[in-house]
Amino acid sequence: MLTTADTDASQPEAGREPDARAADVRPSIETREDGSTLHVALAGVWTTRMIGLVDKEMRELANREGGKLVLDLSGVSKMDTAGAWVVERLIAALSDKGTETEVTGGSEAASTLLDAVGESAHNKDEQPSGDTRNIVIRMLEAIGRGVYAMKDDFIASMNILGATIAGAQSKAGRAGHSVNITAIVHHIDKMGVGAIPVVVLMSAIVGAIVAQQGAFQLRYFGAEIFVVDLVGILVWRELGVLLTAIMIAGRSGSAITAEIGSMKMREEVDALKVIGLNPVGVLVFPRLVALVIAVPCLTIAANFAALGGAIFVTYMYSGISPETFIERMRATIDISTIFAGLIKAPFMALIIGTLASVEGMKVGGSAESLGARVTASVVKAIFVVIIVDGFFAIFYAAIDF
Amino acid sequence: MDQTVQEAPAEQQAPHGDPNEIIIEARDVTVGFGGKTVLEHLNLDIRRGEILGFVGPSGAGKSVLLRTILGLNQKQEGTVKIFGTDIDNASDEDKTRVDMRMGVLFQHGALFSALTVLENVQVPMREYLDLPKELMDELAMLKIELVGLKRDAANKFPSELSGGMIKRAALARALALDPDVVFLDEPTSGLDPIGAADFDELVAKLRDTMGLTVYMVTHDLDSLFSVCDRVAVLGQKKVMVEGTIEEMLASEEPWVKSYFRGKRARQLDMETRS
Repeated sequence: MLTTADTDASQPEAGREPDARAADVRPSIETREDGSTLHVALAGVWTTRMIGLVDKEMRELANREGGKLVLDLSGVSKMDTAGAWVVERLIAALSDKGTETEVTGGSEAASTLLDAVGESAHNKDEQPSGDTRNIVIRMLEAIGRGVYAMKDDFIASMNILGATIAGAQSKAGRAGHSVNITAIVHHIDKMGVGAIPVVVLMSAIVGAIVAQQGAFQLRYFGAEIFVVDLVGILVWRELGVLLTAIMIAGRSGSAITAEIGSMKMREEVDALKVIGLNPVGVLVFPRLVALVIAVPCLTIAANFAALGGAIFVTYMYSGISPETFIERMRATIDISTIFAGLIKAPFMALIIGTLASVEGMKVGGSAESLGARVTASVVKAIFVVIIVDGFFAIFYAAIDF
Repeated sequence: MDQTVQEAPAEQQAPHGDPNEIIIEARDVTVGFGGKTVLEHLNLDIRRGEILGFVGPSGAGKSVLLRTILGLNQKQEGTVKIFGTDIDNASDEDKTRVDMRMGVLFQHGALFSALTVLENVQVPMREYLDLPKELMDELAMLKIELVGLKRDAANKFPSELSGGMIKRAALARALALDPDVVFLDEPTSGLDPIGAADFDELVAKLRDTMGLTVYMVTHDLDSLFSVCDRVAVLGQKKVMVEGTIEEMLASEEPWVKSYFRGKRARQLDMETRS
């Protein structure tokens, strides 16, 4: 009976075209007008795979008004829920318009299916509709929500910062154990020691580039030696700490958000709360403390790496010997320049850690929200770090530091 | 003629097919990980239209067997034939054709968390079928209602659903293409007894209306007693016992005995007998 279908199936393109293989069993509709009665004979395979072919025709039939419609299913060789749905949808639509319908010739299995599907087809509940409001209102709503989200973010950051300053966790009678040294050391190793190679390499390259550019410009004035002043002040005051903070925001900020976020997703954070531990104390506190210790140390490493790069380039490019470089630098740099940069490091660490933790706590149930939060964490941390660096520069200028 | 049987068995038979036809056939299956054998020379048949309950102690390899049949695990030896197609030697096209006729409900639902329930159900339809958008929405909504979810659940994200609703939504996705066989991995775990009984009833109803074949990994004795036509017990790296629930109750195999006639089972047993 299906011999023709088989020859079709052996053709190479048959796999991509499921209806080609069953060309002779594709669903079909034949109509015959008989007075006010329309006889509709359905035949072929009415399954999910085939139903796309007759969907339009069946919708058109539903436009008929008045009279009677007889559906003959005896030619249907196979039917599944999709086929049954299309038939029941027609019946439901016609009964709304007052057209009588009669189903004949269906097999027992087909009528079970029609019954099961019918309930849904005749369900007059409103389909949940999308947002139909004006675009201006929706835009204003988005802005409003954004402002409130900013407020919530700020409060959450202050909350975490406050909880951290208050201490790891306030469990009664266990004051001696409240700070988990092991966790802090672990995080210093992961976020501090682990970051040394990349921070040192990056700083050395940037230091070398700044030195080369400075020397090239100053050469016109015969003032190449002043490249030492330029590099020295720039690196100690700004570059070292800023580069470190940006690198740590990308490297450790994202890790903190992802770690806390995935714990949030799997209700581990809730489990901590129920057990009686303070999630901020257990999760955020060690990371923040580790960052506050690690970032200044990394900043010092970054400063020396940048100066090393600069010394190398000024020697190769301008012929300034390392001894001269250091001599000249000692004359221009005093202790306040060094501290002007280093003081900023712990603040940067707090900003990165707090923002990353806040974003981590905001992760919802989906994988998508984890990705969105990690992105937000890194972007916000880098942005705020640069803004705060600007504020420090203004502040230092004002107090003549 | 060979091909007729392989390619289009459903079209030429009674709507729900020949009940004795074996649609999944595992022969001599051996699976191991890192030198440790989990399944050894295992044989299993699944017949059209039956609900097969699959039980076994934790760690016996029930999930491994399920994943092996689905082709998610590599096996060292043996063949698995689904609808007569040997999936190891089948072309990509044949594999796709087989995949379209199977639906899987993973233990934790495995709904795509970035998509709504409606979009989750539409994923297989989009991939395999070329349907108008409107019809696809209708069909997805139909599947959602068939599994007993309310219409307003359709636009929710998986993270907004309860455990029972996730199972139902995942079942709706498994049924999206009107498969011939569905695999359920612990469908009633984590559901309350009433919800679990509803789910069992739903599975039985879908089997009757859609002519489904159901392969159910479960620990739920209620499910085994109420909906399963046949039970297979996995143990000692192979299918130890296979048969109806009556045969299980009569079995003298120690694990089977303690499982079906243990303290928790006795009560159920009495209910069904009386």
